[in-house]
Amino acid sequence: MDSRYDMRFTGSGGQGVILASIILAEAAVISGLHTAQSQSYGPEARGGLCRAEVIISKDEILYPRIITPTFLLALTQSSLDKYSQSISKDCIVVADSSLTVPDSLDPSRVVCLPILETASEKVGKAMTANVVAVGAINSLLGLFDDASLEEAVRRHIPAGTEELNLKALHAGMELVS
Amino acid sequence: MAKAVLMQGNEAVVEGAIAAGMRFFAGYPITPSTEIAEQCALRLPQEGGTFIQMEDEISSMAAVLGASAAGVKSMTATSGPGFSLKQENIGYGAMAEIPCVIVDVQRSGPSTGLPTSPSQADYMQARWGTHGDHPVIALSPSSVAETYTLIIRAFNLSEKYRTPVIFLMDEIVGHLREGVTLPRANDLVINQRKSSFKDGANKFAYFVPEGEYVPAMKPFGKGERYNITGLVHDRSGFPTNNSQEAATLCTRLMEKIDKNADDIIRVEEYQMDDADTAIICFGGTTRSAKHAVNEARAAGKKVGLFRPITVWPFPEKQLAKWLGQVKKLLVVEHNYGQMLLEVQRCAAGQAEIDFLGRINGTVITPADIAEKL
Repeated sequence: MDSRYDMRFTGSGGQGVILASIILAEAAVISGLHTAQSQSYGPEARGGLCRAEVIISKDEILYPRIITPTFLLALTQSSLDKYSQSISKDCIVVADSSLTVPDSLDPSRVVCLPILETASEKVGKAMTANVVAVGAINSLLGLFDDASLEEAVRRHIPAGTEELNLKALHAGMELVS
Repeated sequence: MAKAVLMQGNEAVVEGAIAAGMRFFAGYPITPSTEIAEQCALRLPQEGGTFIQMEDEISSMAAVLGASAAGVKSMTATSGPGFSLKQENIGYGAMAEIPCVIVDVQRSGPSTGLPTSPSQADYMQARWGTHGDHPVIALSPSSVAETYTLIIRAFNLSEKYRTPVIFLMDEIVGHLREGVTLPRANDLVINQRKSSFKDGANKFAYFVPEGEYVPAMKPFGKGERYNITGLVHDRSGFPTNNSQEAATLCTRLMEKIDKNADDIIRVEEYQMDDADTAIICFGGTTRSAKHAVNEARAAGKKVGLFRPITVWPFPEKQLAKWLGQVKKLLVVEHNYGQMLLEVQRCAAGQAEIDFLGRINGTVITPADIAEKL
């Protein structure tokens, strides 16, 4: 991987973007890297814009929040429209295929992937979209080895859902090859 | 070496507190401190301890005092609105000399404010929140790893000086997840309170030997009957209106902290040796400030950082050491200017004092600080 990624995960409350960022932070710790993970959300539990951030770095992290992301995940149209306005020039954007890429965004920076569809159709459970996204992002950026990422997933999912979530993770990995 | 684990600031509070011997938590959940109550509900039963969700913050604080008086290290956690409610009983704890730790994960105020947004505007409340002249120790961590070790220190100081200790966190650190390498249990220093039982002069619950400041503590309900009160009391623990007794007690309560300030106070000094400008900040703000210091140094500016880890008592002697060498002090905090008042009190006329504050619920960035340098 590159020496540092400033990653922002955005979507709607309830889609699990915070958990997606926590899983990548966990994989970073397992891999011996520095990480800082945080989130911002309104008082509501579901709905509304939800934003999570994770910095993964080979060096110590002082300021733990993101100034300009070098990676952006957007799972809803409103989050793509809003957060794609404040990204670095070389930021990689992963957007769900169902979204319309705004004209302001350089299309060569955007990777559209059927994350939501893969979760509901191929994995069979819409709520695994966040884990599908984690798998896709890891393949795209080459962050961690599969074993570290699988361990990170296992540590943060409810007992009894291992098979389902690992299926989602691998379905995500296969979206990028 | 032990492996790093991913941990949230609020989680580190609980794990550190358990390592310090905390076995009783009473609280009423409130953002952004809720994970502390959740984690205590999970972890304390595993450690043979007790978790109680009380009906409100006032009763939570009362339960913590009761549990501690009975001999169990106790803690509660809250945020601004709940911290306000706990104040009366925090004063009771200071007067009756009951050790305990109160975690305040600060959020934007006043009132219910911005529940999910960071703030450091309870700094003065931590000192002056309860009425009357009273002693206060308050500590503030700037990372998840430091949260773990500093909460242990909070318990140690609380037990050593028999006083409530405020653990003044902010949402920046409370909700941050980082990799932490936990110290080995054998490497930790854990203070236990000095206990006394009926024996000579020790028959008095608040007997203080000549030249000392802290009475040994009788575990309440373990056989010896004695009185605990928020009223001014004599060494037996019973109320008195005697002005000489009042002077003795109230002066001792203040002096047990003042006279031991060097033992209680800890500061971090970063890049200070040749600094002509110093940023002064505490808690999560430190992360932005250190980043700004590094960038200023790379640009050839002699900027350093002075951070009170013990935020109360304010480290005036430790700051005074730098006055003369440092020409400019930039106080940076997520409030309208609170620690600023302490810095002005200690350094007015000896250095230029500038201020950067924030009260809109967003985090001060390194660039914001660089602009002020």
